[in-house]
Amino acid sequence: MPVHKIGILAIHGDVAEHAAILRQLKLEAIEIRTKEDFKNLDGLILPGGESTTIFDLAKTYGLVSPLRKFITTPIKNLATNNPKVTPSGLQLPTVLATCAGLILLAKLKLLDVKVERNAYGRQLESFEAKVKIPAIGKKEITVAFIRAPKILSVGKSVKILAKFEDVPVLVRQGEIFGMSFHPEITSETALHKFIFKSGLKSSR
Amino acid sequence: MKKKTATPRLKKGLAQMLKGGVIMDVVNAEQARIAEKAGAVSVMALERVPSDIRKDGGVARMSDPKMIREIQKAVSIPVMAKVRIGHFVEAQILEALEVDYIDESEVLTPADEQFHVDKSKFKIPFVCGATNLGEAARRISEGAAMIRTKGEAGTGNVVEAVRHIRTINSEIAKLQRMSTAAVKKYAAEIRTPLALVEEIKKLGRLPVVNFAAGGVATPADAALLMQLGCDGVFVGSGIFKSKNPAKMARAIVEATMNFRDAKILARVSEGLGEAMKGLEIATLETKLATRGW
Repeated sequence: MPVHKIGILAIHGDVAEHAAILRQLKLEAIEIRTKEDFKNLDGLILPGGESTTIFDLAKTYGLVSPLRKFITTPIKNLATNNPKVTPSGLQLPTVLATCAGLILLAKLKLLDVKVERNAYGRQLESFEAKVKIPAIGKKEITVAFIRAPKILSVGKSVKILAKFEDVPVLVRQGEIFGMSFHPEITSETALHKFIFKSGLKSSR
Repeated sequence: MKKKTATPRLKKGLAQMLKGGVIMDVVNAEQARIAEKAGAVSVMALERVPSDIRKDGGVARMSDPKMIREIQKAVSIPVMAKVRIGHFVEAQILEALEVDYIDESEVLTPADEQFHVDKSKFKIPFVCGATNLGEAARRISEGAAMIRTKGEAGTGNVVEAVRHIRTINSEIAKLQRMSTAAVKKYAAEIRTPLALVEEIKKLGRLPVVNFAAGGVATPADAALLMQLGCDGVFVGSGIFKSKNPAKMARAIVEATMNFRDAKILARVSEGLGEAMKGLEIATLETKLATRGW
């Protein structure tokens, strides 16, 4: 059985932490630094970091349009749990974006949400919390909000999968999953598993 | 649903977000803006860059809170600031200012010859310098959430930072070959709790993020330390003591991102103008790296 390859945008940030979770789930992590690295991927992670730095360097190194192209081009997506298949039998790739990644997707208008950077405050206000995500099960998962961005509003095509203190913290638009928190910092595998593997059971 | 703040995971977590990035010393809001624009992932607010501290002499202390506040207002990236070794009141002041990280730094004049700050008591995470594994482990057991090599700050000479990361790497490699009994003895020798030493052995690295610092003056220096296994780079005097700070800052950021790609390193190293002058280690009157223990 081929191993699924998930790319992680590796400009800077907590790339290794996401890679460690993928390895636990028996998925292959591929670091993306050049446009060639987008080839043959089954999914994509946009990690945490400083969004201004990541966006700026992505522009300098010509990664913005390959990123946009990858996210908007249907592939044979075996990881998806989305029942909607395009007429060609292909589906959009699955994307998981944490914190700075969420800001990046909003900036590129690939995810229809309005976010405010560092809206939860400075490091002193960073916090861990248990979040309930009904889509993945009854059990709450512990996640970290680190100088986190806040999701202020979401567009019509965006589904809210979890809220914390009445504010959306995990959203989904088609195959794109954006979250203001970090499941990888608390070594929480359930969300990555749901996003990249829940479709695998039926298709394989 | 309860929130938990200032947990060890959150303290380490912010440093994890900075990996692969460059943290730059700045002495005012204008420099902080230049650093942010060049792609710094964080800035270190201090009164004088290390090379000036070296030149001017005298006691070097925590910066004026006014300057720190101005820098916090000027940029959206995390702001760090330095306290003297053992000066827990300077640390309390920086916590009140809500800086994002506190550097208990040998670059400033030590305030205590016996004790480092008890960092676990603070809500703000700490970064500390180390020249070897024992020093790194002692700082982590005191609550440091991030480590950096000490290098020799303000010299523009990378040789000490290289020595420090190589020492830490080889001591970890040695630890991994030790028997259970030898690990116990080693933990006692370096005055570190056994559990922490066992964790380092298991991980094959420090359990916190480990940056390079002290003497980085060129993009090639930054890439060298990254190739030696550092998680990111602090640059002090190297940027604002160079001919063209904005260009040098950008070049070091791009070199840190692409540290294995010699073609990119060649391109970003082109035409930077003069790097900071630099000092030979043997001629130094004061070796900052010997401060702390």
